[in-house]
Amino acid sequence: MYIDPHIHMVSRTTDDYARMAAAGCVAVTEPAFWAGFDRSSAAGFQDYFRQLTESEPRRAAAYGIAHHAWICINPKEAEDHGFAREVMSMIPAFLSRPNVLGVGEIGLNRNSKTELAVFEEHLEIAAQHNSLVLIHTPHLEDKLKGTRLILDAIAAHGKINPARILVDHVEEHTVRMVLDRGMWAGMTLYPDTKCTAARAIDIMEMHGTERIWINSAGDWGHSDPLAVPKAVVSMRARGHTAADIHKISFDNPRAFLSQSENFSVNAPRPTIS
Amino acid sequence: MTTPTGKPPLDRKTLIDLGFIEARAKVLDVAAFLDRLDRAPATNVMTDFRVDAIRAALVIALDASPARAERILNSWSDPSTQPVAHADGKAARGAHLPR
Repeated sequence: MYIDPHIHMVSRTTDDYARMAAAGCVAVTEPAFWAGFDRSSAAGFQDYFRQLTESEPRRAAAYGIAHHAWICINPKEAEDHGFAREVMSMIPAFLSRPNVLGVGEIGLNRNSKTELAVFEEHLEIAAQHNSLVLIHTPHLEDKLKGTRLILDAIAAHGKINPARILVDHVEEHTVRMVLDRGMWAGMTLYPDTKCTAARAIDIMEMHGTERIWINSAGDWGHSDPLAVPKAVVSMRARGHTAADIHKISFDNPRAFLSQSENFSVNAPRPTIS
Repeated sequence: MTTPTGKPPLDRKTLIDLGFIEARAKVLDVAAFLDRLDRAPATNVMTDFRVDAIRAALVIALDASPARAERILNSWSDPSTQPVAHADGKAARGAHLPR
């Protein structure tokens, strides 16, 4: 039994739901994401948020998987400040939907001034609505600088309990600074650009299993929706105990996500749309 | 494992047995990638900062100090500290451009 706390199921096939269920997935959480192209209007986000909060939970429930969502404009689409504000104005209405856990995945992509301003405005929305926050840290050479900018912005904002923030996509050079600030850290298991399972297990061995989770961040790109159960197999081969494996793949995500009353590992009864 | 020790549960010999073939394959892939670049027709670009970053990382991988992966990631990271005026495209390159 496991939870994949970060996966973009709108980009995945129904067969992936079937495979994930067969591998033991009981719950997923899906942050709002970049579609691979820039949407031409804010109305496109209205439809996307409906997909995340209406149709995707139904699709997941057919396989006994509880589906949850995070709402935001992703930093990859946040360079146009006016457009971003138009989208952000829609967020509060969706935060009250029954499968929504909070604001995410917000953060930085190329570490620009506008991205940072939009990130700070998202933090304020989360604070006003007492929402959990899921944060995307930048890719590759931008990650170290971006993570520092993000942590500094959170500290300067100061209105959100760090225990209600998860900073995702940490790697060896960023995990410690996130944990030291009292936040949760997510390790994304990607084939090329983030953590392999082997490196994620190394990080757990070096930094412990408190306030850390693993996720697939499976999306429309090169990624694997079964990355979490495959990492579980690797942990077993590396000699880790069943208790530690359960903690990292189930107990920890459940503990963080249960800070929202909307989180449940029990899927709703399947319905026909 | 709630208190990290930094020590894996398995001993060194077992970890070698478990991971050697995969590591061997990855080392060969890097070597073959560099060979491929040498065999490719030359352009007016003598070097590429990304390939230079890989060569620099290989030096770190071969030294005797700990935290090689962390130090390689740091060496590939943008060392600046201030947000940029505008995003330079959506995709990162994998290593920072020399300034």
